[in-house]
Amino acid sequence: MKYLDEFRDAAIVQRQAALLHRITTRPWTIMEICGGQTHAILRFGIDEILPPSMTLIHGPGCPVCVTPASLIDQAAFLSNLPGVVLCTYGDMLRVPGGKDDLQSAKARGGDVRMVYSPLDAVELAQWEPDCEVVFFAVGFETTIPGTALAILRAKHRGLRNFSVLSAHVRVLPALQVILQEPACRVQGLLAAGHVCTVTGCGEYEPLAREFKIPVAVTGFEPVDILDGIIECVRQLEQGTAQVVNRYARSVRAAGNPVAQALVHEVFEPVDMEWRGLPEIPEGGFKLRNTFQEFDAAAKFAIPGMTLAKVSECIAGAILQGIKKPGECPAFGHPCTPLNPLGAPMVSSEGACAAYYRYRPQLVEIATQEHRRGE
Amino acid sequence: MGSSDSLGGSCPVPLMRSEQVLAAHGGGGKLTADLLTRIFRPHFSNPLLDQEHDGAVFSAPASRLAFTADGYVVQPLFFPGGNIGTLAIHGTANDLAMCGARPMYFSACFVLEEGLSLQVLEQVVESMGQAARAIGVQIVAGDTKVVERSHGTGLHLAMSGIGAIEHSLAIEPSSVRGEDVVILSGDIGRHGIAVLAARQQLDFQGALPSDCAPLYAPVAALLEAGIEIHCLRDLTRGGLAAAIVEIAGKAGLAIEIDERLIPVAPAVRGACELLGLDPVHVACEGRFIVFVPPSNVEQALAVLHSQSVSADARVIGRVAAGSAGQTTRITPVGSRRMLDLPTGEQLPRIC
Amino acid sequence: MCLAIPGKVIELQGEHSLERVGRIDFNGILRDVSVACTPEVKVGDYVLVHAGFSLSIVDEAEALALLATFADEVVHELSPESPT
Repeated sequence: MKYLDEFRDAAIVQRQAALLHRITTRPWTIMEICGGQTHAILRFGIDEILPPSMTLIHGPGCPVCVTPASLIDQAAFLSNLPGVVLCTYGDMLRVPGGKDDLQSAKARGGDVRMVYSPLDAVELAQWEPDCEVVFFAVGFETTIPGTALAILRAKHRGLRNFSVLSAHVRVLPALQVILQEPACRVQGLLAAGHVCTVTGCGEYEPLAREFKIPVAVTGFEPVDILDGIIECVRQLEQGTAQVVNRYARSVRAAGNPVAQALVHEVFEPVDMEWRGLPEIPEGGFKLRNTFQEFDAAAKFAIPGMTLAKVSECIAGAILQGIKKPGECPAFGHPCTPLNPLGAPMVSSEGACAAYYRYRPQLVEIATQEHRRGE
Repeated sequence: MGSSDSLGGSCPVPLMRSEQVLAAHGGGGKLTADLLTRIFRPHFSNPLLDQEHDGAVFSAPASRLAFTADGYVVQPLFFPGGNIGTLAIHGTANDLAMCGARPMYFSACFVLEEGLSLQVLEQVVESMGQAARAIGVQIVAGDTKVVERSHGTGLHLAMSGIGAIEHSLAIEPSSVRGEDVVILSGDIGRHGIAVLAARQQLDFQGALPSDCAPLYAPVAALLEAGIEIHCLRDLTRGGLAAAIVEIAGKAGLAIEIDERLIPVAPAVRGACELLGLDPVHVACEGRFIVFVPPSNVEQALAVLHSQSVSADARVIGRVAAGSAGQTTRITPVGSRRMLDLPTGEQLPRIC
Repeated sequence: MCLAIPGKVIELQGEHSLERVGRIDFNGILRDVSVACTPEVKVGDYVLVHAGFSLSIVDEAEALALLATFADEVVHELSPESPT
């Protein structure tokens, strides 16, 4: 497939790995922000061809993982209301909320339907005027333009039976919270290439300056990821801290102004709870008042959801890169992909879930320790 | 076929033609008989079934038999390349074929929801009859029950099948040996993508038809050529990965497959990339893997290539050094990763 | 977080910008997506598609440039990179 296969070329990857080994003289710690990048790293075994001294930390860039548990409960609640069709992305179905999850709500008779795009939810609302279609809008800046488009399309078509439950989150404020943490060990960043396709690269400049870390705007294929890592290491070795766009085939410096304008028209930043992290100032998006009729939170009387805190889960420390999944006392016992305690075990992009799948020896160690009663 | 409902409810309304399945169709009375006569018997007709006995009586076709059972609940009922009926016939036949058994006698139990269109039912039944006849299988027993309408497809199938083993090999995971080579019969992932494509909400075109197909012909050809078959496994739910992981576990051996050698049709690849699915986890319904010793590989490939359903067979891996049950994949960039089972249903990803 | 893949635009439809749709070919799989965020797109372009809409038009020259960086054995070490 064009623009995919060339960036999975084994010969290029070998050369990149060799170069990286040559230029790395110190044990650097680099964070890849995006869950999609984590997925690619694990899927293609990139972590195993890096210099052994290098540490990769999996960042919080998994919107599925960081969606507040209370919002999942709200979505499940809505799906059980008569006449409501709750449309959601596939990977949200299994994510546990505080008390409920969408898959269980569906099993109990809630109308939960998987869609590939929010625009499909709008079509559904158009073709089934007797249904109240609610779209559970999860995702980072990459995904928000789609939700904005859906709302604007619904408005343009005069639909009265379409609304959005917004769980949209913003990467940069969360990054700032993570990097501000004194124990944070991140020395270089692979910025999420698809987020930057929308937002551009400029907003990383203050971050690079303030924390003195190089930022490589990076793509998602093996060649891209190694390229981003090489860029970070180059800069770390020579002591610079600049933002460099290494995904220029998709990312323009200013991003996508049309998409930005659409988002700006429909949404505004709001303080937002992230699962596993402290509340992030301006860490989320909500619909502007002018679009209240499309805001499920305004349209439906959703009871407040209180959460019991799960004390064993160290999701915060995982997302900040302070601890690795294998170091969590609950890893493997009882926390597993089928019984997740927190965000990073929930989605297959989450660091803990990825470790669980690809590092069976860690699971084995956890099992043994559990048996020894440690 | 058909037995009376224990409640013994009989419909007081005179027999009438209905276009839909009614509760009374499962009642064992006139409407049930009507269903049998109109739909099931014409399409399934064979000497054993036509006797209309409570059970089919026949001599054992061989001294060793294989017996399998399977349920079919696919949604939607019809998809490019097949329907629940063809899936049921081929799936059951293939379970037997994977034991090295010639599929012969099947039972088919239908659980229907009130309101199911009789035309739909007849289409499914007709497909089953055709598929069964094409591979020499007779449907000799069965049942029909009707349940209340719900949100489902309206039609669920429970099958069982008996096959004749006409060789003396032990075709099972414990026969796999440390040098064995894994041959895959063809490209993967067609069925899963075909079914996803048929589910309206994903709304994409160009998906290839399901690979749903009977597999005994290539197995019989391998047996006839004297190939030393150690193990066979058809790829169904969980795809190639599930088959490899299961066999490695049961055989107590390590297996390594090379992704670079696994054929994936371009459109299946496109759909998997679009939806974030891994082809090795996507269901197939007309593909299998076979474990043979290295000395048999060339001949096995020649035999498989002579059969249309396995014309694209190729070596994709081997039993490797490693701990029992360990499964490894060589990635497109040449690194090694654990080959794992998918967690539950394959759901398209956003991230 | 953002599964987006490149596909070829084979057809464009719709007058109003919000309703403009492109038929995209992903290796034989065809899917209609909104191209409202890439109004300058033309038939024959490759677009990056995420969740049913286009994010950007793929820049072929930049793609080739990245690949060319690693095209031969002699890879320049620590050459200064120009910032964005």
